[in-house]
Amino acid sequence: MDSALIPEGVNRCSFGKFAIGIIIVGGVLLWGVYAMLLIWLKGLNQTNMNDYYGFALWIWADLGVIALGGGAFFTGLLRYIIGKDELKNIINYAVLIGFICYSSALLILAIDIGQPLRGWFIFWHANVHSMLTEVAFCLSCYFAVLTIEYIPLILENRQIDKVPFFHNLAHNMHEVMAIFAATGAFLSFFHQGSLGGVAGVLYSRPFAFREGIFIWPWTFFLFTWSAAAYGPCFTLFVTRLTEKISGKKLVKQNVIDLLAKISGWTMGTYLIAKIIDTWYWATVSAPSMGFNLIDFYSNNSFYGIWILVAEIVICGIIPASILLTPKGRSNSTLLFTAVSLACIGVLLNRWVMVLQVMAIPVMTFENWVLYIPSWQEVATTILPVAYGIILIMISFRYLPIFPQERELNP
Amino acid sequence: MFPFSFEWIWDLSHMIFMGGLWYSLTILGLGMTYCILKTVIDTMHGKGGHNH
Repeated sequence: MDSALIPEGVNRCSFGKFAIGIIIVGGVLLWGVYAMLLIWLKGLNQTNMNDYYGFALWIWADLGVIALGGGAFFTGLLRYIIGKDELKNIINYAVLIGFICYSSALLILAIDIGQPLRGWFIFWHANVHSMLTEVAFCLSCYFAVLTIEYIPLILENRQIDKVPFFHNLAHNMHEVMAIFAATGAFLSFFHQGSLGGVAGVLYSRPFAFREGIFIWPWTFFLFTWSAAAYGPCFTLFVTRLTEKISGKKLVKQNVIDLLAKISGWTMGTYLIAKIIDTWYWATVSAPSMGFNLIDFYSNNSFYGIWILVAEIVICGIIPASILLTPKGRSNSTLLFTAVSLACIGVLLNRWVMVLQVMAIPVMTFENWVLYIPSWQEVATTILPVAYGIILIMISFRYLPIFPQERELNP
Repeated sequence: MFPFSFEWIWDLSHMIFMGGLWYSLTILGLGMTYCILKTVIDTMHGKGGHNH
């Protein structure tokens, strides 16, 4: 039915099967849209946010998808600026995943601000002393970069490509893509960092506060570094998942191996910095503010020391060790386990830096405040996941995302 | 925000923040303008049958 739109030389499932998939995921999407409309029409009273939790599930999801979407800027940097040419075989997918992650982040922010019609205030009435202003600027601009990087992919659709103007436009955009990629890397460095900076400058929250250099707390650099390390893991995770679901090999092993190796080294160096930061914070910073490490992990029903161990050891050191060894990278199961753990690790890190920060009592008369999101918050957080799956399904079916697919599946 | 907006102040924070935003938007705008203009010229010259 739609075979004229499918890239030449590749096999896709029947249109009926594809449509059923879209309908199922579309149902989840509609559930999220319903919750989103409730929030926009009735207000933020639909959420369980309160005076303790001004930042809640949405901000965690925001920080999470931005970190996972970091694969786009880092792979772009490696491909276009550093010249790792092999990565041209996975960069399209990294861009698509980045586009989904960043559009999701912007969607979540549009829900979170409560008054989306005033969203433009942050540009026009900017508070130039706020790290979140920097985040909003860089996030919006970087989304524009990702859109520019995604457009040529759309233009390469079999039918669109037949139109000379679109064919030439895609070609010309590819020619100058390095400029856009460099701009994207510049923007990503600052917004990833500033998201960490927001937590690090909270001097009234000893759990999050960190010293730093000039105006930037160490969390600024740790967030950028972790996005560069863990973002490509998410690209590899989704690639492997797509391969499993489609039953095809889509990217050659040497490409996977290269990206996994770079990710492993970036993750390894990040973890060294993270462990030093945690050690200094636990032994110097927190005690100087009247807290012991264990104060942040006891006397409550959820946040135990397990979360620190899970983030740094189970979802940090273990996947990094797997990615750093050639045997680990060449074993499909181990590789998939490593990138899955890495994704969980960075999500845990963002959870801790957003929600545990809010939960910990800082005054002697306060208790731990735990938070359970409302169903509307959950539904609007799942909404971007459903949207992402649909966009991947459509892009995979109609666009030449994987240049090596034909060769690998003759 | 532009320098003619009432809340604009000529200080380092405004110049760095807003300058950074305009700088990025200018690069993106000029890049896309170049691509579109070159595409129009290429198409007028009958190009469009080669691979990327």
